[in-house]
Amino acid sequence: MSKPSGIMRATLVKDLRLEWRSKDAINAMLFFALLVVVIFSFSFDPTAEESRHIAGGLIWVAFLFAAVVALNQTWARELRNQVLDGFRVSPAPPNALFLAKAFGNFIFVAVLEMLMAPLFVIFYNLRVIGSFPQLLLLVALGTWALVVNGTFFAAMSLRTRSREIMLPLLLFPISIPAIIGMVNGTTAILTGDDPALFWIVLLATYNLVFTTGSLLLFPTVLHAE
Amino acid sequence: MAANSSAQIAPIISIAGLIKHFGRFAALRGVAAEFFAGKIYAILGDNGAGKTTLLRSLAGLAQPTRGTIKILGGTPRQVCAELGYMAHPTLLYEEMSGMENLRYFGKLYGITDEKRCEELIRAVKLEPTLTRPVGQYSQGMRQRMSLARALLNNPKVLLLDEPFSNVDMRSGREMVELLTRLRTEGKTIFVVTHQASLLDGTADEFIWMDSGQIVTRTRTLAEGITNE
Repeated sequence: MSKPSGIMRATLVKDLRLEWRSKDAINAMLFFALLVVVIFSFSFDPTAEESRHIAGGLIWVAFLFAAVVALNQTWARELRNQVLDGFRVSPAPPNALFLAKAFGNFIFVAVLEMLMAPLFVIFYNLRVIGSFPQLLLLVALGTWALVVNGTFFAAMSLRTRSREIMLPLLLFPISIPAIIGMVNGTTAILTGDDPALFWIVLLATYNLVFTTGSLLLFPTVLHAE
Repeated sequence: MAANSSAQIAPIISIAGLIKHFGRFAALRGVAAEFFAGKIYAILGDNGAGKTTLLRSLAGLAQPTRGTIKILGGTPRQVCAELGYMAHPTLLYEEMSGMENLRYFGKLYGITDEKRCEELIRAVKLEPTLTRPVGQYSQGMRQRMSLARALLNNPKVLLLDEPFSNVDMRSGREMVELLTRLRTEGKTIFVVTHQASLLDGTADEFIWMDSGQIVTRTRTLAEGITNE
């Protein structure tokens, strides 16, 4: 049997290839996030100072909603032709599949963030007053918090009849601590008013707990009927 | 039930009191059977007889509600590296070519040798250089590629669910020839099918199922039809 790292890499490459060919997730995510940015900018029309205070919330709400689109797609493509059964009958470790899916989603959402960040800067007249490296770290931790839980709950809701509704119902409540950390941390860095370190530690702890929990439970979820 | 000439040889698969419920529906109702290495077993029966559920249970995809399955001395999950499973759906990614699919699934079994994938594609009478995605294959080509996927890990036990559906007669006969060759290599092959005539004279035993139970096992297809 291949090493788990080899299986993870093969699955990640396969997912990126499938997405590159179909562009199912990235197109839907981009369009959705773009709509949120534009609608919010017309709804609020804030000054530069107000923008810095509300941008943290707006950015993460846009990314959270857009990420759900990608997260639903992640497992949906495994249901076509029951391809997931091909993995389930193999001796490959389930967690290699889970981590590949989570890293794949991390890449999709990170691409979305990179493409959307300039638009946020333009529409909300933003500039970072706090530490930029801290902002990068916070964004990376926040993105992982979204995708690790999202990947897990998307797998859990895979066999439910209304899985596209089920995912946000499961994901959003459990993500509240992480969202508080992301929004407050981002606002702290954009305004430079408060230190963001507490929020970064909170997100790191949240990620550790939920990544471990997901890895422990995923084999049961994968083999559930 | 036909007497088994291999009675002295230890069975490769033993099923005891297998019951499988889906909610209140009993798909399998106390299946008990033994199967031996190097044989082709055709599993026959009407829709809803429990054929696919039995095959999925053997593949480890359906957990028994009660009863046990022993394959090569272990549970299906423990010996999954020795099993090959071809489902009614293809278990293939439609956006990738046949070769790309086999390369990926091969890695799940630790197979990195490209030649193995190429050999299998040729064995099912397809061309490894075919670059178009599986979604653009004909139904028959998909079935054959699905069979190649099931053979990737050189399994000792091969579980095939409707391998001949949507396949023309010639391709069906070619698949039967391939299965016959695999049997001579010592593989145990289970074929769930509604086209039993293709296996007449080839299968070692016909397993007749009805209402979640094995009702009879016959040496020939005609014998089973007479019993019905």
